[in-house]
Amino acid sequence: MKSPSSRRSADDRGFRLGTGFFALLVVLLVAGIFWELYRTSQLSLAKFGFRFWTGKTWDPVSGEFGALPFIWGTLYSSILAMLISTPIALGIAIYLSELSPRRLRTPLAFLTELLAAVPSIVYGLWGVFVLVPIVRKLQVVTPDWLKKVPLFSGPPLGVGMGAAALILAVMVIPFTSSVAREVLKAVPASQREAAYALGATRWEAIRAALRFGRTGIIGAVILGFGRAVGETMAVTMVIGNNPQIKASLFAPQYTMAAVIANEFTEAADDLYLSALIEIGLVLFVITVFINAISRLLIWSVTREVKAQVPKPTATVAFAAPTGGGQ
Amino acid sequence: MKSTKVFLALGLGLLAALAATGQTTPINGAGATFPYPIYSKWFSEYNKLHPEVEINYQSIGSGGGIRQMTEQTVFFGATDGPMNEEQIKKAPGPILHLPTVLGAVVPVYNIPGVDASLKFSGKLLADIILGKVSKWNDAAITAANPGVKLPAADIVVVHRSDGSGTTYIFVDYLSKVSPEFKEKVGVNTSVNWPVGVGGKGNEGVAGLVKQTPGAIGYVELIYALQNKISFGSVQNAGGEFIVASLDSVTAAAAGAAKSMPSDFRVSITNAPGKGVYPISSFTWLLFYENPTDKPRAKIMVDFMKWALTEGQKYCKDLGYAPLPKEVVALETEALKRIKL
Repeated sequence: MKSPSSRRSADDRGFRLGTGFFALLVVLLVAGIFWELYRTSQLSLAKFGFRFWTGKTWDPVSGEFGALPFIWGTLYSSILAMLISTPIALGIAIYLSELSPRRLRTPLAFLTELLAAVPSIVYGLWGVFVLVPIVRKLQVVTPDWLKKVPLFSGPPLGVGMGAAALILAVMVIPFTSSVAREVLKAVPASQREAAYALGATRWEAIRAALRFGRTGIIGAVILGFGRAVGETMAVTMVIGNNPQIKASLFAPQYTMAAVIANEFTEAADDLYLSALIEIGLVLFVITVFINAISRLLIWSVTREVKAQVPKPTATVAFAAPTGGGQ
Repeated sequence: MKSTKVFLALGLGLLAALAATGQTTPINGAGATFPYPIYSKWFSEYNKLHPEVEINYQSIGSGGGIRQMTEQTVFFGATDGPMNEEQIKKAPGPILHLPTVLGAVVPVYNIPGVDASLKFSGKLLADIILGKVSKWNDAAITAANPGVKLPAADIVVVHRSDGSGTTYIFVDYLSKVSPEFKEKVGVNTSVNWPVGVGGKGNEGVAGLVKQTPGAIGYVELIYALQNKISFGSVQNAGGEFIVASLDSVTAAAAGAAKSMPSDFRVSITNAPGKGVYPISSFTWLLFYENPTDKPRAKIMVDFMKWALTEGQKYCKDLGYAPLPKEVVALETEALKRIKL
């Protein structure tokens, strides 16, 4: 008969193996997606090579495919969306976690999270019928001297980069704000208390909390960025779907996710299909790249914190559970 | 005790369902979205007449339909554009194209202050889409439309952003009437548009045209009729300006029947004849000429005979143009090519 302790260690091993298997599934899934994208885009990879990344023509008739306008459209729209949404989302998060009256907190948090639950097709329809006409009116009243600036040039179509960035911003806000709010909630009360004890104003105490939680907040922003990069339906309905590289917010442009969704079903030709799948591969690579950059960013920030403030007590506190586990 | 009964009832129900499906013969097909409403009507009507036949149709797009035929994952396919030589070569055996109904594409536009139905020659339409004619008061437009006062507004071209049979028919026509369009753009379900913005689906294009002053786009005739959108007339090969209607579309097919190739892979855009609407097209069902599953093939042949005769009367209610009798006669003969 086994002793209770050996049975417990067997349970432990079983649990570790079980959860390890699930963790491995994620790795396999990602590797599987990459392999499948790589395998099915062979035709296009072989024909265009690196030219696919720099080509500006997308012509299904003559079989000439280049992804640059789509890469540009995806990154430009997502970055614009982050520029608009990050301050708003952080404002929401700070208000909800630090400043709002307690009874407003839950309903407000609920409403922001509700925004995340709205299906993207609904955002798209709202974009087409409400946002686009408003953007068009703004474009019509844009004074001529402003239209000379490349950022605001072009005819008043309504649909285009500006509308897409705005709708993306609205869609991204709940993601960034709810994660940032959780991060701020997790900042130990002692941090704020210490700040107040040192005579800090409320604003200074919040800044200290933001500084404490900045890795998490960067993570929240990156999460929003990932969401913006992958958004398809709402974007394709308002961006104008014209593969061109323009700085103008008024110009119709196109994104990677949108072109796949639009053209995949009717792509009967092998090379065409392969090129669309390669767009998926490019999107995958870019997403991995963005995540890697965010890791680096978080890593450099944490290292800086450690170098600046050696906190012996904190180190012990973190080290203790690790030691127990071994 | 009670739950046992529930389980028993469920089990019996399941058995009954299994028995029921055992009697029917499910047949799976996939392809074009444009004819989906009429096909689903046909399949459900045919199921009422022959309860043992159950035909399932997935409207995944023409490209998907052709691909699934090539991979033999469906029993029949459907497409808005005929298979090209390369696709035919890749197919597991000879494929029979059979036209089922007709569709057409119409130009829609939104010009502030203009209610009149505009007239477009093929070349004018091509030049507008190419971006060569960029103002509504361009001499080429005013010359074709005497008596209509056109503003000096910019033309905004709206096209489909999703790959589509509608686009295929439209650019096929423009390529026939304008050598320049053929050279610069060409024919496919998606093309490299020189100018303009893309809307998703007929509703996307119609929505953008409606919202944008000075816009011109193209939608399926059915969509325009059902949503009461007014559209322009287009000049046919004989020089007449024709407003698209179910009759003028059927006339296009009748005009093409005389020179119908034996495999029915024919474009009827810019067809000759009187009263013919020039931006018309067949939509096809695809069958294997040497099917491996003979009983199912027999059922589909019987179904096609019904669809070509009785089935055609459902067309007009749903906004499709029925096949002319010349084409029906040719197809009834062609059905014999499926080896049973």
